[in-house]
Amino acid sequence: MWPIFDYGRFVSIISSSDVYGVVWMRSLAQLHKMANLRVLVGVKRVIDYAVKIRVKPDNSGVVTDGVKHSMNPFCEIAMEEAVRLKEKKLAKEIIAVSCGPAQAQETIRTALAMGADRGIHVEVTGKEYENMTPLHVSKIMAKLAQDQEANLVILGKQSIDGDNNQTGQMTAALLDWPQATFASEVTKENDHLKVVREIDGGLETVKVTLPAVITADLRLNEPRYATLPNIMKAKKKKIAKHKAADFGVDLTPTLEVVGVEDPPVRQAGQKVESTEELVAKLKDSGVV
Amino acid sequence: MAALLGSALKAGRFARAGVRLFCTNNAATPKITTHWSVLPRDKDSRWSDVDMERVSDEVDVCIVGAGPAGLSAAIRLKQLAQQQDKELRVLVLEKATEVGLHTLSGACLEPHALDELIPDWKDRGAPMHTPVTEDRFNLLTEKYKIPLPILPGLPMHNSGNYVVRLGNFVRWLGEQAEELEVEVYPGCPVTEVLYHEDGSVKGVATSDVGIGKDGAPKDSFERGMEFHSKVVIFAEGCHGHLAKQLYKNLDLRKNCEPQTYAIGLKELWEVDPAQHKPGKVEHTVGWPLDRMTYGGSFIYHLGEGEPLVAVGYVLGLDYSNPYISPFKEFQRWKHHPAVKPTFEGGKRIAYGARALNEGGFQSIPQLAFPGGCLIGCSPGFMNVPKIKGTHNAMKSGMICAEAIFDKLTDENLQSETQGVFVDDYEQRMKDSWVWKEIKSVRNVRPSFHSPLGLYGTLLYTGVFYYLFRGKEPWTFSHGGADYKRLKPASECTPIEYPKPDNKISFDLLSSVALSGTNHEGDQPAHLTLMNDEVPVNQNLGIYDGPEQRFCPAGVYEYVPMEDGKTMRLQINAQNCVHCKTCDIKDPSQNINWVTPEAGGGPAYNGM
Repeated sequence: MWPIFDYGRFVSIISSSDVYGVVWMRSLAQLHKMANLRVLVGVKRVIDYAVKIRVKPDNSGVVTDGVKHSMNPFCEIAMEEAVRLKEKKLAKEIIAVSCGPAQAQETIRTALAMGADRGIHVEVTGKEYENMTPLHVSKIMAKLAQDQEANLVILGKQSIDGDNNQTGQMTAALLDWPQATFASEVTKENDHLKVVREIDGGLETVKVTLPAVITADLRLNEPRYATLPNIMKAKKKKIAKHKAADFGVDLTPTLEVVGVEDPPVRQAGQKVESTEELVAKLKDSGVV
Repeated sequence: MAALLGSALKAGRFARAGVRLFCTNNAATPKITTHWSVLPRDKDSRWSDVDMERVSDEVDVCIVGAGPAGLSAAIRLKQLAQQQDKELRVLVLEKATEVGLHTLSGACLEPHALDELIPDWKDRGAPMHTPVTEDRFNLLTEKYKIPLPILPGLPMHNSGNYVVRLGNFVRWLGEQAEELEVEVYPGCPVTEVLYHEDGSVKGVATSDVGIGKDGAPKDSFERGMEFHSKVVIFAEGCHGHLAKQLYKNLDLRKNCEPQTYAIGLKELWEVDPAQHKPGKVEHTVGWPLDRMTYGGSFIYHLGEGEPLVAVGYVLGLDYSNPYISPFKEFQRWKHHPAVKPTFEGGKRIAYGARALNEGGFQSIPQLAFPGGCLIGCSPGFMNVPKIKGTHNAMKSGMICAEAIFDKLTDENLQSETQGVFVDDYEQRMKDSWVWKEIKSVRNVRPSFHSPLGLYGTLLYTGVFYYLFRGKEPWTFSHGGADYKRLKPASECTPIEYPKPDNKISFDLLSSVALSGTNHEGDQPAHLTLMNDEVPVNQNLGIYDGPEQRFCPAGVYEYVPMEDGKTMRLQINAQNCVHCKTCDIKDPSQNINWVTPEAGGGPAYNGM
């Protein structure tokens, strides 16, 4: 790879030597491709992690009306990573996407305040929203990635309400792109990305060619605050509104939620005075 | 050390045993406070390379606080601007991340101010669905309840009022404001008041983010933003921290009595539908408090579809026994035989607490000063016997807006100071129905400070208020600030509170979890101490640490140090529900509540 100093010098090199010029143009083109990453980031509006969840009296779901919502923490991390790529001049444009009711626009605005260039709101409301699953979302994301000519999709590894951990993987499969999930470090190397993944046994390093899908894990970065001057600037950035049908996605539910219940109340423990008593109680309960 | 002992002696009976056990020397007290408001950053070497420049913006009127008062002022300003075809940039800064998230009140709303502000509130979908249909006032003894008559004309008569979830009402007001193109910025706590060289208020600055627990800047550090305006309206609610600074810097309280307060704790219950009577309003006084401790309860049945009941307990912060725990009084009151049936078989779904102002007429400070105005519960217009302040808060916001609008659009305005002095706001308040109302009830609350206690107040209200409606020529004094009322622990008896049964009554920490409160852990504690040594030496030594008991969120704990003998104060700042009680009741006035970093605080849903 030809090292970069300044373009003027390169132009003169190119004009002075045709051979070097050809090599240079090719690597310039690759560099151009790297610096021109168009990143699509998915951000989801979820119930704030500190709020105590309440199951609806009819056990059909949880109460969301008037409850404090915020951006899914893993989506914040995904957004932060995209902004860092842009600051390193590796990404040219960041598009923030959210699928949900009108209030999802607040989440997109937060993403814009963090550094996204523009937003896309796919409006899904009411029962359709309650029944929306990762499969629906990944179909929308895949179509969007193609339409917007994105070459990198960064998502949170999972949302804290659904906890499905499926959207990133499904999106990659639909696009037939490589995926690097549970990313705790992303570095660019030549024409690919080196991603360190957090797996059960430790850390795994993979190399993915572009275009690719990455899902962010907790230790990837610490997201910046959306500060007031940026929030005010973000008001001028555009959010395009769409419906799922615009992407040819049918939101007919593929899953039916039968019921939602509180976890069982923790039973009080019993204190025993001696080992014999413990053994006796264990035998009585049929455990031993 | 000697100075502290000296002041302990002056405070009254000297808890010798307490001092011997709990006093620490300077070296042993661990550092607690790291907040920059106590330890300035310009002297801190860790901040020497940090760029402290702030982005600034110009607005016409900046309002601190998106509560009923702040939003009413914003709406009124924009209504006037539209009517008279004038351009006015109005900005509202709110510390909660959503409008209504930090709002907590009973509440029984008198629509007087709303009818004036937004006459077509019903068509606009205001969340006022429950007119009051039944009104009860009971005096409780340990086993019985004695109904007291509520004659029309008595302040607590509720006909024409609505039971509301004030958080939802405030959220709706916020939407009305945004429709009128008010710029509302939630998630922006204001930490500083800015001044011109001539001493008038220049504007405000929002909080910095990204400061670590040790007070050093983190990688994510970013400076807050400045807003410069012609007038700043301070609408922080009861005992605002900026108002506290203004009172001191601008000497606004020289002609009024110190403010007196109460703490209000509230829960929202989903009750058994058989117990639910939409529109029923009930208040009780008496048990479990003795006649010398001011307080009482409210039970409001909401009629919005679900069988919801708002229940709460208000305790005057002029209590003298440091062993009183307002939270535990609330929990044990629920077990009274006349109260318990309402909650049996029900489920508690929310909890919160907030201080209320009770000083009324005698405690109103100077309301306007060059560059700024105070509105709402911050200066304090609550009608204590009526147990309502929202309508007065809203009206004060509207009056302030009208005064400001006239001042700012006056072409002949010659302001002596750079910040505009809206001098006729105070006179307009004195000419309004708010003033008449709170003046008429000015003697009810202070009538408590007689040996008859509660019975004195009931008698006074029933006789003097009913007959004279406040026209009596005398004005009782409140008798001094609340924090001075605590007696040393050695002079008082500890109170044995019953254990919670986890069906009707609950423990503190599970209640705090229901408030949804949270703060970023890695930030300096926003409950700042002026002097880290004072809590153990004075608060614990003389008063047995009353902050452990009056804080409704378990923020303050005295825990033993490694040596097992000396105690230290642990501040669990993450639990804070922003009620301001500690700043009010701390007998040493050592605690200074400031706003935490953006994003922290309770997550009340329609409280």
